[in-house]
Amino acid sequence: MKKVMIAIVAAGMSGMLWLAGCKKDEIDPRTWRPVSFEVPKGWPQPAYTFASNPLTFDGFELGRKLFYDARLSRDNTVSCGSCHQQVASFAHIDHDISHGIENRLGTRNSPMLANMAWHTSFFWDGGVNHLESQPIAPIVNPLEMDMTVPEVIDRLNADADYRSRFKRVFGSDTINSQRVFRAMAQFMGAMVSSNSKYDKYVANPGAGYFSEQEVRGLSLFRQHCANCHKEPLFSDFSFRNNGLLPKPGVNDSGRAHITGLAEDRYKFKVPSLRNIAVTRPYMHDGRIATLADAVEHYRSGVAAMSTTDALVAGGIVMTEKDKSDIISFLETLTDSTFITNPLFAEPAK
Amino acid sequence: MRQYLIAGCAALMCGLVFTGCTKKDPPETTEPAGNGVVKIEFANKVGIGKLSLNDTWYVNDHGDSFKVSKFNYYISNVKLTKATGTYAENESYHLIQQDKASSLVFDLSDVPYGKYSGITMTIGVDSVRNVSGAQTGALDPANGMFWTWSTGYIMLKLEGTSPKSPSGSISFHAGGYAGANATQRTVSISFPTEITVAKDGVNHVHVEADVLKLFKSPNLYDFANTYNISTAGAAAKGFADNYANMLSVTYAGL
Repeated sequence: MKKVMIAIVAAGMSGMLWLAGCKKDEIDPRTWRPVSFEVPKGWPQPAYTFASNPLTFDGFELGRKLFYDARLSRDNTVSCGSCHQQVASFAHIDHDISHGIENRLGTRNSPMLANMAWHTSFFWDGGVNHLESQPIAPIVNPLEMDMTVPEVIDRLNADADYRSRFKRVFGSDTINSQRVFRAMAQFMGAMVSSNSKYDKYVANPGAGYFSEQEVRGLSLFRQHCANCHKEPLFSDFSFRNNGLLPKPGVNDSGRAHITGLAEDRYKFKVPSLRNIAVTRPYMHDGRIATLADAVEHYRSGVAAMSTTDALVAGGIVMTEKDKSDIISFLETLTDSTFITNPLFAEPAK
Repeated sequence: MRQYLIAGCAALMCGLVFTGCTKKDPPETTEPAGNGVVKIEFANKVGIGKLSLNDTWYVNDHGDSFKVSKFNYYISNVKLTKATGTYAENESYHLIQQDKASSLVFDLSDVPYGKYSGITMTIGVDSVRNVSGAQTGALDPANGMFWTWSTGYIMLKLEGTSPKSPSGSISFHAGGYAGANATQRTVSISFPTEITVAKDGVNHVHVEADVLKLFKSPNLYDFANTYNISTAGAAAKGFADNYANMLSVTYAGL
């Protein structure tokens, strides 16, 4: 993982230097080699491998530009970055549900984005099966960006900078949806967060990265939470009912919306807990405002439904001290280098 | 001396080869190798008449009146059946759209010379392309045949109106690519007469799709009850079982 970050940082620096008018002996970004994607030590293989979409710095940069471009919404007001803010690990801080154009409201909380290459499905109901097939959903959703794919292509084609960027990345200036979504997949797929205090602790448990409370918290977490929030990605990417009663008037059936199966009612994708301390509010509909209340839900708030997951049914037994230990551990999952890395930030206009 | 030996060996080998051939089927050797064009031409019908969008009333087998405003479907993985072996079109994805005449005809441009007795094709898009991320060409989601909220292609789409429908409209979007909910249907149809792809001439294959078959069998549709399909599941699967019967080949030849 360190190598990827270094490669991307190096590429970014060389780009910045070049823009600033660097000397001839600096690396020329026009001849920059493709950045590599490497799996952090101890992590499983990713689902998205860039095999048919080779990761390059230009492709990553094109994806970043698209991610932050409000022209992907019908009235040019909302970009992907509007609801996915880097400071919140690309969740929408303090917004319970997604806000689209014209103040339209969705029904679900904008999930944080990190380590997307490992996800086997996307959205709270897992309806989308591929990283490249993900961006189209919010773009065309009437409650989000309310756009059409042909209109996106027309707008990008009208922009000479985009045409030259697509040519650099894909070899010709043809702009089609496949190229748009592949460029976005390069950006999103390269958004890897693996540099939290937890990661440092796991790599070197004896080096004093964790306080005693954090060590206790990790132990309790492994006992009570890690079956679903499986390390190192902190999700097993399954769908489970964690005991949140459906909101009246919304009645979001979750996974059953996709499968049509009664046994999947009110099940939602287990979210990764990486950067959890900065991604408030919590749960699929953002109904819980604080991390303490989110943990408390599993102690005292789990509702009994026919599909409530057996691992949380009846609530998880923990003392107040257990709870604060777990919270102190969860705070070690914040990766400050990820949420401040300028390469993932909105590019300068 | 060595040269003679080599020539002798070569002649011997040729002899062996000829002997081997003679025992099997010698006449094929006269046919030159090469590829020809076969034009696949679709016509969408309602019973015996041509489908006309928006302006014509039709009656389904249940007796319900309806008009059609849109009729689109994928045809993929087109193959031609030879006496020995099969020709399979590469990157074989076609979107047939009634409102776009150019979409009704496509060429198989690299068919090896030979005799062909039938065609195999899939109505819909194979599961692999439903799980492989961003696609282009006929499979570009810009074509409006893609579910964004639950990834997958709409294999076949028919929209229209019917006074029998409680909503006044009929809308059948068949999707679902996996397991019991799969809505791709592969059909194999023999040509009325065998075609010969050779150096001269272009063969034409006329494929007809009968809209009435969509509502007929095995599931007879009463538009009062069945007028909208928009998700994968049992209804879409039943609809696919119907459209599996919609295609026929009425002509194949030069």
